[in-house]
Amino acid sequence: MDQIFVNLKHAIVGLAANMLPDWLVTITSIKVSIVGIAILGPVTMMYLTLMERKVIARMQNRIGPNRVGIWGLLQPLADGVKMLTKEDIVPIHADKIVHFLAPVLIVIPALLVFAVIPFGRNMTAVNLNVGVLFFIAVSSTTTIAIFMASWGSRNKFSLLGGMRSVAQMISYEVPMVLAVVPVILMTGSLSTNAIVEMQGGWHGMKWFVFTPWGFAACVIFFLCSVAECNRSPFDLPEAESEIVAGFHTEYSGMKFALFYMAEFMNTFTLCGLTTTLFLGGWQGPLLPSWLWFFLKTYALIFVMIWFRGTLPRLRVDQMMGLAWKFLLPLTLVNMLVTGLWYFLSRPLKLTMSILVLGTTFWVLTKLNKPYVPQKRVYQFGE
Amino acid sequence: MDILSLIVKYGIYTVMAVSVLAAFSVTLLPNLFHAALALALALIGVAGIYLSLQADFLAVVQLLLYVGAVMTLIVFAVMLTSRIGEPSSAPQNNQLVLPALSACIIFFSALYAIIRDTPWPVRTPLNLAVNTEDLGRALMGLYVFPFEVISVVLIAVLVGAAVVARKDRE
Amino acid sequence: MLIPYHHYLLFAAVLFVTGIFGTIVRRNLIGILMSIELILNAVNINLVVFSRTTSLAPETGQVFAIFVIALAAAAAAVGLALVIALFRVRKTILADEITTLKW
Repeated sequence: MDQIFVNLKHAIVGLAANMLPDWLVTITSIKVSIVGIAILGPVTMMYLTLMERKVIARMQNRIGPNRVGIWGLLQPLADGVKMLTKEDIVPIHADKIVHFLAPVLIVIPALLVFAVIPFGRNMTAVNLNVGVLFFIAVSSTTTIAIFMASWGSRNKFSLLGGMRSVAQMISYEVPMVLAVVPVILMTGSLSTNAIVEMQGGWHGMKWFVFTPWGFAACVIFFLCSVAECNRSPFDLPEAESEIVAGFHTEYSGMKFALFYMAEFMNTFTLCGLTTTLFLGGWQGPLLPSWLWFFLKTYALIFVMIWFRGTLPRLRVDQMMGLAWKFLLPLTLVNMLVTGLWYFLSRPLKLTMSILVLGTTFWVLTKLNKPYVPQKRVYQFGE
Repeated sequence: MDILSLIVKYGIYTVMAVSVLAAFSVTLLPNLFHAALALALALIGVAGIYLSLQADFLAVVQLLLYVGAVMTLIVFAVMLTSRIGEPSSAPQNNQLVLPALSACIIFFSALYAIIRDTPWPVRTPLNLAVNTEDLGRALMGLYVFPFEVISVVLIAVLVGAAVVARKDRE
Repeated sequence: MLIPYHHYLLFAAVLFVTGIFGTIVRRNLIGILMSIELILNAVNINLVVFSRTTSLAPETGQVFAIFVIALAAAAAAVGLALVIALFRVRKTILADEITTLKW
């Protein structure tokens, strides 16, 4: 049961090996993985949109879409038909090639990173030994596509939204990468497979999130990934009440569907990476490995949707202040605490780690006082 | 030679060709934003070349730093120093095109002769594929002094760039 | 290696020469900075190829290349900060229009 997909792939490749020459067998095995990911990615994204709408609706005391199928299960198909049949409007003075290429180039990194996520035991598509760094590098090339979208639209709101979005993404990449460093320190490898296998003790429950540095790093990484996906509460660049729709204002129909798809695929892969790094990936006691992975990832996606339904939006200076003045020093101290954890012995390391982390957190919250304007004094003419 | 190696070989040549074309576009395109995008494509091509040389950590670092960070800087600067409504009618290349072209062609033929004729001392080392651990040991072992110096340089650059680009206080 | 190393060196030479051409020909300051980035990348490829074929410690070239990447990014950052400061004062970034100090 655990290896059902691996056995399926081996059966298909074995079938191909009987009929085709050698080099085609290699290409067939690559193609099977690609087809698996190409089915998984967009289907996940479609049902994620439905899950988000239903969960947000329940949090707002209403029912979500429930007309199209039972429980609204065919709603994504209806959405797809709507997006495909909408008219594709391109502004007259827009830069045609750049405007056309931007949605394509934003989906490419979102799909590429599916290759290094370990979906189950032996179920990583490509086992790179620089897997985590590959993920971060490829997802940082999204910024170029956002620039292209905002510049190609020839629209001041798009430009402003695009620049804010890029500034947010690059600011939150720094604590994100630094929060991954303790995990790399403790496992000694950048490969996602090796990181998941290191979390295997205690019958598959010795996850990194149960250590002080792992918990702090998980929270920081999760907050940074919420910001990277441009979701609430960090969705200033694309919120409708703020800036129309930010960098994807001038896109309609299929191109907007591509932007939407890229955002949801980013959500899924970042939650998948969080479970891989901190929550033990596919490790777990009884259920098949891929089922554990999907349960943990969807639990984190539920938390992201919960954030969207609950928290108000951050202002742009509060957002930047959070990244540079709070999360960044916290990640640096977290690396120090990882060193303490590695070198000290059993009873001392837990207390010291929690003490250092707690003190830093308290000091940083005290130093980052929110900006309170002065009370205004009104003077009336006599 | 079997077909997979042939496919990989022609793939590497294709990546090189795309990279060279993008590099030509950087110098010749009149629209500065398009030139910046062509530079991003050239840098992605160079990352592909690093992968073909089995320098996988360097390829990923190139992608992260150059395409993710330096290109963001360049495109921000392009956006901040240009005006949206103004068409790029001013010629972006000065009158030195023909002299520079002839000088560069002569220089390139000299380089080609040097590359072809010098007897490079080719040796096969013990570990051909460098993994991240070797790089880490080298950085923390033999090259620890440049490593520390470059961290000081980067702090200086960070502070300096922020001060230079700051709006003047009245 | 599937390709003879001369081809990598030629590719690096082409990028280098293109970068030099761009530095001479471009009027726009940011265009000059982009051509300089091309030159630095060509140098990096050369370092990696040489350390892989002619050196007994192939990680030397890659360490060197990492330092060059870091310094190139630093140079681009400072250069672009200067360009932005200059634009604020002179309202232009074409290199042959910034001629105040010429006699």
